[in-house]
Amino acid sequence: MTLVLEAAVLGILTGGVYALMASGLTLIFGVMRIINVGHGALVILGAYLSFVLWRNLSIDPFVSLVVTMPVMFVLGVILQVVFIRPLKTDREALSVLVTYSIALGIEGLLGYFFSSNYLQITAWYDTASFPIGDFRITYVYIYGFLLCLAILGAIFLMLYRTTFGGAIRATMLNRTAAQLVGIDVDRVSAIAFGIGMATAAAGGVVFGITNTFNPGSHYDLISRLLTIIVLGGLGSLRGAIIAALVMLVIEDITAVVISPVWASFVFFVILVAVLLVRPQGLFGLRVRERL
Amino acid sequence: MNRLRDKRVLMAVGLVAVLTLTLVLPAISPESATTNMAVFTLMYVGLATAWNIMGGYTGYISLGHAGFFGFGAYALGLLLARLSIAGGYAPFLFVPVAGLLTGLMAAGVGWFALRTRAATFVIVTIAFMFMLQLLAENLTSLTGGGAGLGFPNPPWRGDFFNIPFYYAMLALAVLGLAVSWSIRRSKFGLGLLAIRDDEDKALAVGVPARAFKLTAFVISATLVGMIGSVYGYYVTFIYPQFVVDPLIGISMVLMVFLGGLGTLWGPVLGAVILEPAQLWLAYNYGASRLYLVLYSAVFLLVILLMPRGIIPSVRDLIAERRASAPAARAGAAP
Amino acid sequence: MSLLQVDHLSKRFGGVVAVDDCTLSIPAGGITGLIGPNGSGKTTIFNLITGFIAMDEGRITFKSELIDGLGPDRVYERGIGRTFQLARIFPRLTALENLLVPVRRSGLRALFSGAGWSDERSKAMEMLEFLEISQVAGALGGSLSYGQRKLLELGAVMMAGPELVLLDEPAGGVNPALLERIADRLRTLNSRGTTFLIVEHNMSFVMNLCSEVIVVHRGRQIASGKPDAVRSDPAVLDAYLGA
Repeated sequence: MTLVLEAAVLGILTGGVYALMASGLTLIFGVMRIINVGHGALVILGAYLSFVLWRNLSIDPFVSLVVTMPVMFVLGVILQVVFIRPLKTDREALSVLVTYSIALGIEGLLGYFFSSNYLQITAWYDTASFPIGDFRITYVYIYGFLLCLAILGAIFLMLYRTTFGGAIRATMLNRTAAQLVGIDVDRVSAIAFGIGMATAAAGGVVFGITNTFNPGSHYDLISRLLTIIVLGGLGSLRGAIIAALVMLVIEDITAVVISPVWASFVFFVILVAVLLVRPQGLFGLRVRERL
Repeated sequence: MNRLRDKRVLMAVGLVAVLTLTLVLPAISPESATTNMAVFTLMYVGLATAWNIMGGYTGYISLGHAGFFGFGAYALGLLLARLSIAGGYAPFLFVPVAGLLTGLMAAGVGWFALRTRAATFVIVTIAFMFMLQLLAENLTSLTGGGAGLGFPNPPWRGDFFNIPFYYAMLALAVLGLAVSWSIRRSKFGLGLLAIRDDEDKALAVGVPARAFKLTAFVISATLVGMIGSVYGYYVTFIYPQFVVDPLIGISMVLMVFLGGLGTLWGPVLGAVILEPAQLWLAYNYGASRLYLVLYSAVFLLVILLMPRGIIPSVRDLIAERRASAPAARAGAAP
Repeated sequence: MSLLQVDHLSKRFGGVVAVDDCTLSIPAGGITGLIGPNGSGKTTIFNLITGFIAMDEGRITFKSELIDGLGPDRVYERGIGRTFQLARIFPRLTALENLLVPVRRSGLRALFSGAGWSDERSKAMEMLEFLEISQVAGALGGSLSYGQRKLLELGAVMMAGPELVLLDEPAGGVNPALLERIADRLRTLNSRGTTFLIVEHNMSFVMNLCSEVIVVHRGRQIASGKPDAVRSDPAVLDAYLGA
């Protein structure tokens, strides 16, 4: 029982990290109506950036975010402007291929510079732990969770308390209408993509401390993140956050109760079950297309 | 209308010429390096053509077709092992069975995946592929897990080794093209194109969209499963991450986009251009993984410079030339 | 005997009642107008009849058979066709191909419909000629003018020979010359046996064409009868002016 409880607590804490990564992904979908298949690769890229700063300059991984988040933000804006904005016809399909290609390119570059050996970022807080009841929790999970909570909070503040956030929400609701009322949708899209990348950088750091990773790790990650945002309902931030927490708790409990090798499988089982009952996801609105 | 007949005759002659050339290719150039490249190119001609039936005609992009590819390979491998079939020509007889099993599984996956519209469908296919990979790794007692699954050894040696596989892949590519061609000309195919253009409108004129989509998905997956099974026998030892390989899945998609989405010959053209290029890159840069970077650069260039693919772009160019030809058919104007 | 009978139909979207206990009866053989102020629930009624949205309550019978709960493709199979407010055609199919898409067979049996392929082609060409758009037979739907799209959509829906066709604003956004052609073709199709139910805002179009008019307001029927009688009904004037 203690094991299950421990798994549940760990699930919530890691779920926070997935919530952050997934909210970047669902934000990008909401604003641009594209699926960024490269999101996992960008998280891994974030992990490598922090890894380099930590290994070569001994910068604490959490502190390195001060550098990596702005860098990834700018990279995101560039990627959007160069590769996504030019897509005029058949955007939905082509953007999947473009972002997939970006993922392959990043995987290849990382493989070229770092080989495919597994790496992990280490710090004192990834071994030190403190007791809660019958079990101990490593500090990094708490720090990671708090970091993600802070960033998610900042995103929500930005969305609901600033004019620019209003423009983002308007674009998410209806792209054409937003354009009609004078919102620069291209600019909003570029910045939203940048924000998505910045969250990927933050997620990447925590992922890089709590997991070993190599350039190919993005495949597993992106299939989880995509499953989460489908479950939460495409374009729903709240849905993505709740789905991330629920999924990670279920996964961690499965790992304890059944077996770790089957833990990832529950993602698919739940995805199938949810789609059978609610094809639009848990929180998604049923989209009536052009009727 | 003579012009139309001329065009048809020209097409038929060209087709016969290409087919003859592919039939005798191993006799012209029997070295295994060439035939190996030919086996893989034909494999992708088949894969891209099969993918196009779902992604091109119906407009539902599947990034999980590598799952069907791998499933077909495992299905054949397990069948051969269970039935103790020895290496030789006999395993080829079981290829349709592997295809049928793949089709059955696709029917199951499609049953729920096609409840969703395009955006969610893409995601479900990706998730499906990785779950299949996971299953292949975890069901150790069945698949051998990460240790891999062996096929019976093909008895052929030297330059002849590739030849049976060459003809098997050729047969499947021709089968795929025949299926694709007959779908394109049928009322069913027209229904698929209608779904791609406007699914609700298609429903309003009686197209049973769900049954049509599912059928296209199953046909597409069955072809891919058969090709995967031949691939498995060709490489004789398969591992989860190399046979349920996302790169195979994305490659067939990009070939279709390069050649021309939803056209009959686009996938063929895309495969004939990209697969040799991919093999060349893997051969020269494979060790450094730089080939992935180059490959992705090729993709990005293709998508940005020619988003509609070669065949539609060229077709438009020709139409434009014709239209601007001065007073060519002024008398025929209505 | 009515061809289509709608009883106590209701539909709410959240707190908004779009269709409220609505009862309609469409006789066979006529051209019936369905009119009402903006937002009175006309298009929603179309969507409910054709299975595009699920009703909350009510029953719909067509040719004395219950059709509620059927999907749009099954409704078309039973013999009810429809057009959309902003003409919807398949933009990447040619005009001729657009006419070849409709099928009146369900599920997997539709896969194998194609036996009379060449018959169907000549029938489609006849339809294009009837609508006077045969010159664009080979042009892509997306390249047609709005008027041509309207005609093409009408032609497509007629191809499989539905007994009843619901037209959503057939006169919307169409120039006067074309309007005349559309009205004329509808009369011809009607005389050949197709029943029409028309949602339309252009009153002179409705009054000229329709044998009967039904007025809905706030999701329910408030008047019906011959066009002239309905025009002077005080309840109708109230709905239009007081709404």
